[in-house]
Amino acid sequence: MSKTLFDKVWDSHVVKSVKGGPDVFFIDRHFIHEVTSPVAFLGLKSRGLSVMYPERTFATADHNTPTINQHLPVEDPLSANQLKTLEENSKLHGISHWGLGHENNGIVHVVGPEHGITLPGATIVCGDSHTSTHGAFGAIAFGIGTSEVEMVLSTQCIMQPKPKKMRINVNGHLGNGVTPKDVALYIIAKLTTSGATGYFVEYAGDVFENMTMEGRMTVCNLSIEMGARGGMIAPDQKTYNYLEGRSQTPKGDAWDTALAYWKTLKTDDDAQFDKELTFVASDIEPMITYGTNPGMGIGISKSIPLSEALVGGEKTTYKKSLDYMGYHENEPMIGKQVDFVFVGSCTNGRIEDFRDFASIIKGKQKAENVTAWLVPGSHIVEAQIKEEGILDIITEAGFALRQPGCSACLAMNDDKVPAGKYAVSTSNRNFEGRQGPGSRTLLASPLVAAAAAVTGVVTDPRDLL
Amino acid sequence: MAYDKFNILKSTAVPLPLENVDTDQIIPARFLKATERKGFGDNLFRDWRYNSDDTPKESFVLNNSIYGGKILVGGRNFGSGSSREHAAWAVYDYGFRCVVSSFFADIFRNNCLNIGVLPVQVSAEFSEQIFNAIYDDPNTELEINLPEQTISISSTRASETFEINSYKKENLTNGFDDIDYLQNIKGEIETFAKDLII
Ligand code: SF4
Repeated sequence: MSKTLFDKVWDSHVVKSVKGGPDVFFIDRHFIHEVTSPVAFLGLKSRGLSVMYPERTFATADHNTPTINQHLPVEDPLSANQLKTLEENSKLHGISHWGLGHENNGIVHVVGPEHGITLPGATIVCGDSHTSTHGAFGAIAFGIGTSEVEMVLSTQCIMQPKPKKMRINVNGHLGNGVTPKDVALYIIAKLTTSGATGYFVEYAGDVFENMTMEGRMTVCNLSIEMGARGGMIAPDQKTYNYLEGRSQTPKGDAWDTALAYWKTLKTDDDAQFDKELTFVASDIEPMITYGTNPGMGIGISKSIPLSEALVGGEKTTYKKSLDYMGYHENEPMIGKQVDFVFVGSCTNGRIEDFRDFASIIKGKQKAENVTAWLVPGSHIVEAQIKEEGILDIITEAGFALRQPGCSACLAMNDDKVPAGKYAVSTSNRNFEGRQGPGSRTLLASPLVAAAAAVTGVVTDPRDLL
Repeated sequence: MAYDKFNILKSTAVPLPLENVDTDQIIPARFLKATERKGFGDNLFRDWRYNSDDTPKESFVLNNSIYGGKILVGGRNFGSGSSREHAAWAVYDYGFRCVVSSFFADIFRNNCLNIGVLPVQVSAEFSEQIFNAIYDDPNTELEINLPEQTISISSTRASETFEINSYKKENLTNGFDDIDYLQNIKGEIETFAKDLII
């Protein structure tokens, strides 16, 4: 029977199906971090269980780490305690641990691919919803809750009903200044934040084929924001080139065996999807959000939509959202106030994002009214920024580079946007208070963030390219 | 973690008719620094419930003594966003045993089922009826009958069935969780893992 890419990977990981219930689903790779793992380890302890395959779990500290002075002890006692707990739990159970200060440390969804832990055809989970990032390699990757973290630790399996399948095609050529982030925000705006709930998405079409691995990661990362459990892209030569030789990828004969298998991982011509959508690349312009969920995005040259067509709860929710942002219907986004700029996160904290940022700010100066946090996704990205001379461009323009971590993406550390202030952020969520209590977030690409950082207001990056 | 068995729940309910209530609102990230599962109920809907000086916001439904009970009725797309199980813990620890909505985000629904909170998905029309009934009379009780898979409104006698797979239903009625099940098939998992390429 014809199968989709998703079917092939899913079906090969089902240990057994429970009658009238979910599949027992085997997990190849499990990432853990300091925030969602401690209670899972406590659970193991109270049940007297051990970790079944410690070599399949990888720990990194990222959510709750400072982005300056990482060589000093962490000041906040609660954060310090979480970091210590992760270290101790990893040590106790023989799990690889890249803690704060370790040369491989960084955001979990950045370091996994960097080291080739992420592989095509693998099943990957982590107690973080943006685990969907790893789908860029043709893996089935999705976020899980802490009870499930405990299941994976103790049995390497979780209980999951198989999701429905959706294919999203984008064909044609992207315009100047239009990045993978814009493609994703465009799709989410079309589907809304619940449009893909219950589905696992495959992205197809020449836009994704022509995208770099980093761009594919940005797109898959944002799958969760349309409600999908995850998104994936069929592996191709670009995928293999990216992976070959990385520290944790298979070597020698094992590489050849794996490669032969990976080449079978594509959707069969006549395979069926439960839903299929197609968009045209040239319709997409640089995007920005104006509301309090990632589906509230528009082309940067457009005005905030009217609420006329909305009814009942939808209308109340829309108005509440605009009130929170301090915006009104029909206002243009260009020229809006910006106080903070955040470049980073597992969505846009990789080297290509910093290259994009540098391409706009080069030779210009940071706007005086803007506080900018430039946070690399990992130490490796940080090193690339230095090697490629991007740090010089950043410094000359009056910016400073911080140290890796999740930072203002969820503002668990000190990188909090103050109440009422506006931040143009390359991260993934503009929920109320996400970047600090009362903070107001405008999601956008690194190019849009750069344009705001040097002009001090929302600006179309195409005017500066 | 063991939780209370779920069978028939009859209770008044708290209405929260907003759409897209995300997990960052249910429990903001700054309360995720604990290493134990304790006290999350105190910070449920923290920033909607309290002013920045920690005084309660009068207008928020959890601060309105007219409404109470073990059932939370939310708007469409409830629980979107982060995978933090802390959101489900906060709901449970506050005292809710059931969340009703016309549409749930996937991970939140899963997390609820794993810790003994029953997510009941109803039709948009029935959701309207529930909100109206509660606003007409805050003492209106809802009855959630898990064995029969029905939800009914006591004041209007309106009723609807809801979906749940038989495996999860059995777990909830017995207070079991998935780990209990998985522990029993470890041998099968081991055999399966032997043939994997990566
Ligand atoms: S950067 Fe943000 S979304 Fe990504 S792992 Fe960290 S907290 Fe989660």
